[in-house]
Amino acid sequence: MLYQVIDTGNSRSFPAAHALLEKAEAVGDAVIIIGEKVGQALQTLASREHKTAVLIELGAESLALHTGESRGNEGSNVLGFARFRLGESDPTALVEVVRQPRSTDAAVAAAKEIFEGAGLRVAVCGDFEGRIVDRLVRPYFNAALKRLDESLATADDLDTTLRLGLGYPEGPISLLERTGLEHHYDVTLALFEAYGDPAYAPARRARVAKLRANKA
Amino acid sequence: MAIKTVGVAGSGTMGAGIAIVAARAGFDTIVFDTRRDALERARKQSEGFLAKSVERKKLTQDEVDAILSALKSTTTISDLSACDIVIEAVFEDLKVKHAVCAELDKVCPPHTIFASNTSTLSITEIAAGSGRDERFVGMHFCLPAQLMKLVEMSPGLRTSDEVFRTAWDFCKALGQIPVKTKDNPGFILNYFLVPFNNDAIRLVEAGVAAPADIDLAIKNGLGYPMGPLELLDLVGLDTHLLVAEALYASTHEPRAAVPALVKRMIAAGHLGRKTGQGFYTYRGNAMFGA
Repeated sequence: MLYQVIDTGNSRSFPAAHALLEKAEAVGDAVIIIGEKVGQALQTLASREHKTAVLIELGAESLALHTGESRGNEGSNVLGFARFRLGESDPTALVEVVRQPRSTDAAVAAAKEIFEGAGLRVAVCGDFEGRIVDRLVRPYFNAALKRLDESLATADDLDTTLRLGLGYPEGPISLLERTGLEHHYDVTLALFEAYGDPAYAPARRARVAKLRANKA
Repeated sequence: MAIKTVGVAGSGTMGAGIAIVAARAGFDTIVFDTRRDALERARKQSEGFLAKSVERKKLTQDEVDAILSALKSTTTISDLSACDIVIEAVFEDLKVKHAVCAELDKVCPPHTIFASNTSTLSITEIAAGSGRDERFVGMHFCLPAQLMKLVEMSPGLRTSDEVFRTAWDFCKALGQIPVKTKDNPGFILNYFLVPFNNDAIRLVEAGVAAPADIDLAIKNGLGYPMGPLELLDLVGLDTHLLVAEALYASTHEPRAAVPALVKRMIAAGHLGRKTGQGFYTYRGNAMFGA
């Protein structure tokens, strides 16, 4: 499927050259909008209802912020997406594609075709803050930080146990230190505000890291 | 104190695996179980595993012969009286473990260290019914024990430093990798894994994404070898229920509470791979829904 890319600048999903961007055409049946100002670009996009799919990059926000909601019947050819990345680490191959209850199947199929055609892997999810990975992994990271505070084990033993016992490529403490505890704070604060679930409340160590980052 | 002879109480999957580890490391190993058929089944499984190790050139036939000759089994608990350490791997129930440890205390000499392979119960609580709480440690092997190197080691509140040090050195002599954890419910692995898996089930319940999309996201976003829902299908929803209920009973942490969907799936016979239906559908070796 031919697709066009509109880059509004500072994309977290595609911060560098990528096959997805290289394969883009001047016009196409689908439009991908990336960067920080996707909302404005979506509002001014001409004839968007005639496209098979309009795919807009999301940050922490929900798709409905751009498309609206109504009685659980919302949904159109506009889908959200984000490439998963932890903090400032490189984006992964995972693209979480966000749909609403009445999103068109054609738009979802187009999103899968386009992203998978560029070598990415697609997981489709509903329009909920945190999507899939952040929603699942952040409470686990918080618990690891809390248990480190409570001396359940040393940081090295926590990491070793979860690597060797579950086959994880990296333990949680090492992973958070490498990708930025302050970023974990930002994500968990947003999720805590969205859901009010204490499991998302930023862990003490993440809060300290954020305060230190702000001070620097 | 030098450990030469190892006892394993319980010849289920974990006990059989731990016995292989001990015998393979050169220790005289005696496996005790009251069920003769369970001992015979464990022996056959051990022989099968070791034969495959020869096929894969991990061991020579001579080494396997030596391991099997070091590996004895018995239905008489007093045969463990020569053991320097006994690792219990019986059913995860405090009363059952107390009963076995109390019997062991009668037949084993005072120097024998008792270790528990529990994954969810408190070491201190098991030790309290053992008659020798100062000579009691937690040694939680991972499944399958004969392949996984990690052992979570926990002292109880009354475990002596010397006993813990001896057990730690013994663990290393087994060729395993010990990590020290406090005597907390679930130790490290289950404390983190069970709530994580519960959270994944809750995403399915809430309609956030389909199981295949959740698993794909976790594997590709985080590099985990398995997604939580395919792992749950492998472990079995009934087993997950037991472990999660034990963890919740100890912690009362909301994330440890078993989601309602689990009980509905169990009622429907959707236990996972073993019944052909869990979060995915299985026919033969094929998995559907991914």
